[in-house]
Amino acid sequence: MKRRNLALSIIAIALLLLFLIFADSSLDSYQKRILNLCAIYVILGLSMNLINGFTGLFSLGHAGFMAVGAYTTALLTMSPAIKEQTFYLEPIVAPLANLNMPFLPALLMAGILSAFVAFIIGAPVLRLKGDYLAIATLGFSEIIRIIFTNTQSITNGSLGLKSIPPHTNLWWSFGGAALTVIFMVFLIKSSYGKAFKAIREDEIAAESMGIGLFKHKMLSFVTGAFIAGVGGGLLGSLLGAINPNMFRFVLTFNVLLVIVLGGMGSITGTVISAFVVTSGLEYLRFLDETIDLGFIEIPGVAGLRMVVFALLLMMVVVFFRNGLMGTNEFSWDKLISFLKRKFPFKKEVGH
Amino acid sequence: MTLLLKTDGITMKFGGLTAVKDLNLEINQGEIVALIGPNGAGKTTAFNMITGVYKPTEGKIHFSKKDITGLKPHLITKHGMARTFQNIRLFKELSVMDNVLIANHLHLKASYLESILHLPRYRQQKNASVKKSEFLLERLGLSQFKDEKASSLPYGLQRRLEIARALATDPKLLLLDEPAAGMNPKETDDLTHFIKEIRDEFQLTILLIEHHMSVVMGISDRIYVLDHGITIAVGNPQSIQNDQKVIEAYLGVSEDA
Repeated sequence: MKRRNLALSIIAIALLLLFLIFADSSLDSYQKRILNLCAIYVILGLSMNLINGFTGLFSLGHAGFMAVGAYTTALLTMSPAIKEQTFYLEPIVAPLANLNMPFLPALLMAGILSAFVAFIIGAPVLRLKGDYLAIATLGFSEIIRIIFTNTQSITNGSLGLKSIPPHTNLWWSFGGAALTVIFMVFLIKSSYGKAFKAIREDEIAAESMGIGLFKHKMLSFVTGAFIAGVGGGLLGSLLGAINPNMFRFVLTFNVLLVIVLGGMGSITGTVISAFVVTSGLEYLRFLDETIDLGFIEIPGVAGLRMVVFALLLMMVVVFFRNGLMGTNEFSWDKLISFLKRKFPFKKEVGH
Repeated sequence: MTLLLKTDGITMKFGGLTAVKDLNLEINQGEIVALIGPNGAGKTTAFNMITGVYKPTEGKIHFSKKDITGLKPHLITKHGMARTFQNIRLFKELSVMDNVLIANHLHLKASYLESILHLPRYRQQKNASVKKSEFLLERLGLSQFKDEKASSLPYGLQRRLEIARALATDPKLLLLDEPAAGMNPKETDDLTHFIKEIRDEFQLTILLIEHHMSVVMGISDRIYVLDHGITIAVGNPQSIQNDQKVIEAYLGVSEDA
């Protein structure tokens, strides 16, 4: 059984690699960008699911962590010459002007800085529960955005950063997504992951079983922020230009959509729904344009696809509260037994 | 006999209401002590003070010669005290096995990173806790349900699982909050034997709140009786049964008396 599963996993990974090689060489840049976005949303979704889905902390500060990550990566990878061009209103502060490093350390720095910010705000905020935590973290992410708008000599204010070196490609984004998935699987399987889930299930019982609430909430929050920072860095480098207004609540909402549709507390669900939601948002772009039905012409309404997605979210919350996967995870055994139930004749052939 | 738990006049006030007043418990190692009293007497409040859920307004709590007054619940559990809840508080969506495994987490020495990366030190400790949890489930007759969701167990087994989970923290003192609630006479009888058995097997000291007098009188070495937050009697089961104040608290005072 174990060997069969291992073989199946190796085949699946090989297929994914083949697909990536194919995609990298023959898809056009628009399709590649969507694939990149999907993978980045896997990373962002997992980081939010760790905090909200697995630990049960209702945090809405994700855009803030992503902003920290995106700006850090951008500022660390842009060359001094480009920085001088970009910061034409007010020159960039001295130590940042000449700081330049490769993409990987820049991404790690983005994660570390974002985790550090989470640590600082976590100390007061994680004492709150439920809705109060949501409001406080939402406030935090708005504060970050406003700080970034006003620190002209560090972030270039509302002009944003342009010509960010486009390091993010399919290998970076899918590599990052794969690493995050593996990390999450290991974390959730570990004793700490179980402790997080215990806090989600019942805080009072968890505390009575010797689980320090504050320490474990902090660990989850900081880890989630680290991953979100890296995801933000990848996103910034993919888009090539960032400004503070990108990191409004809508960004947090998109990630929230991914994890709610996929299932709060399911890694598998987040991965699937990141692909569905991201490509869906692109595919539904026709809703924003003028639709010609032949006999009637519906004028284009910008943002109609977001309305559709909001409706979808509402329907999920009302009718399928557990999302796509609930708290279940994918396993080969489950898939095979599912297929056997669906196609029973296969079993007879085997006999 | 060594003193394990001692409360020095602990008092809990909620605004103007005094839920528990000047409670002086003394529990020796290996004893089974019961805390009884009519509804609203302050028994669960006393439990919550001892386990750190509430910080007593006045008084001190000493547990195995250490002052634990005002410590957080998880630290008190680390000192060797575990509890069950009056209205069962299991990790409902998690498996029976996970419920017990989580109670081993407080003994984990491996760091966060070691645990995530499943390094040798973590794996070794994890294997030990899996073994211990399997033993506990086996001992409490729950091993056939170990992969079931905790919420899918019948009521009586959920109570057992709560005890298994509490035992997994390696307690010296086990606090049971109405372990026989909702059980029929046969189950109550089994529970009485069961509590004695685990006391002997795991070298426990037990403090329990209970309304079933058959359980209380059958297993307690000593009984504390609370009424409106005040300790009205202390003694062995026999003396409590004949105590005039206790009878009055439970049955009310006759007009003619």
